[in-house]
Amino acid sequence: MKVFINGETKDIPEEINLIKLLAHLSLPQQRIAVELNESVVRRKDWDTTKINAADNIEIIHFVGGG
Amino acid sequence: MIDTFKIAGKTFTSRLIIGTGKYRSYAEMKAAHTASGTEMVTVAVNRVPLDHQSESFLDFLAPEMQILPNTAGCYDAEHAIRTARLAREALETDWIKLEVIGDKVTLLPDNEQTLEAARILVREGFIVLPYFSDDLIMAKKLLDIGCPAVMPLAAPIGSGMGVQNPSNLRIMREQLPEATIIVDAGVGVPSDAAIAMELGADAILMNTAIAEAQDAAQMATAMKLAVQAGRLAYLSGRMPKRLYASASSPMEGVIK
Repeated sequence: MKVFINGETKDIPEEINLIKLLAHLSLPQQRIAVELNESVVRRKDWDTTKINAADNIEIIHFVGGG
Repeated sequence: MIDTFKIAGKTFTSRLIIGTGKYRSYAEMKAAHTASGTEMVTVAVNRVPLDHQSESFLDFLAPEMQILPNTAGCYDAEHAIRTARLAREALETDWIKLEVIGDKVTLLPDNEQTLEAARILVREGFIVLPYFSDDLIMAKKLLDIGCPAVMPLAAPIGSGMGVQNPSNLRIMREQLPEATIIVDAGVGVPSDAAIAMELGADAILMNTAIAEAQDAAQMATAMKLAVQAGRLAYLSGRMPKRLYASASSPMEGVIK
């Protein structure tokens, strides 16, 4: 199914939860945060949050800034 | 003399807060942080790259450092609020440098959107440190809604122009004697930092002036000393300015 991750269209497996999506994308799980359709998903809810087709997902980390 | 200041109950000894952007390497950034003596650094929230593994930037920050995530790059309250919430979730911190930009060329703050975002974030329990125009009335409004400190600009971000409106900072200090005022953005050289501190700022936040110096760590040391000098000068109380001369040596008793 197609979803939008950080502004990019991505094809990901069906029936996937957020924690599996992060693994699928080979992303670290520390010091990141995830927003699903403009709402933050708490870390404790990652494994019970199901991803649906056309979901809009933002995954952030930290970079240098002032 | 132990001269500390507090934000939201946390005591800081260093009055220099610095950024983590624009350094040529993480090693250079770390050296500058150490040289500056800073206890709080800003970081930016950004999309994780999906096509490559990235080095963990936060590993280069000293573990005892207070990390202050920012909402840089946000042009309205809604985006700034979303960014703050993400930062809180990722870092487990309520601290946020609120920055809502109004214009791409000047990067000047949108004070109206900043106030709106600050009101909501304070209500959600954030420790909101807002970047805004050096305006007394705006400072009062931000303090009234519960910001523990206000961060007026000295000049546009990254401009290195120094304090453009010293009178505004002086008025803000005089009218808000109890407020924590952190001058954020626009410092270019140590004398700029000293001027801001002499005017009564409680602290200075800077990034580019250190990161873009040829020797960042050495400039960080210079900034640390300038902030200390300016602070001591403010506490010492400056002499009054006079239009005409006032002789330092006695005028009486001079041989004729």
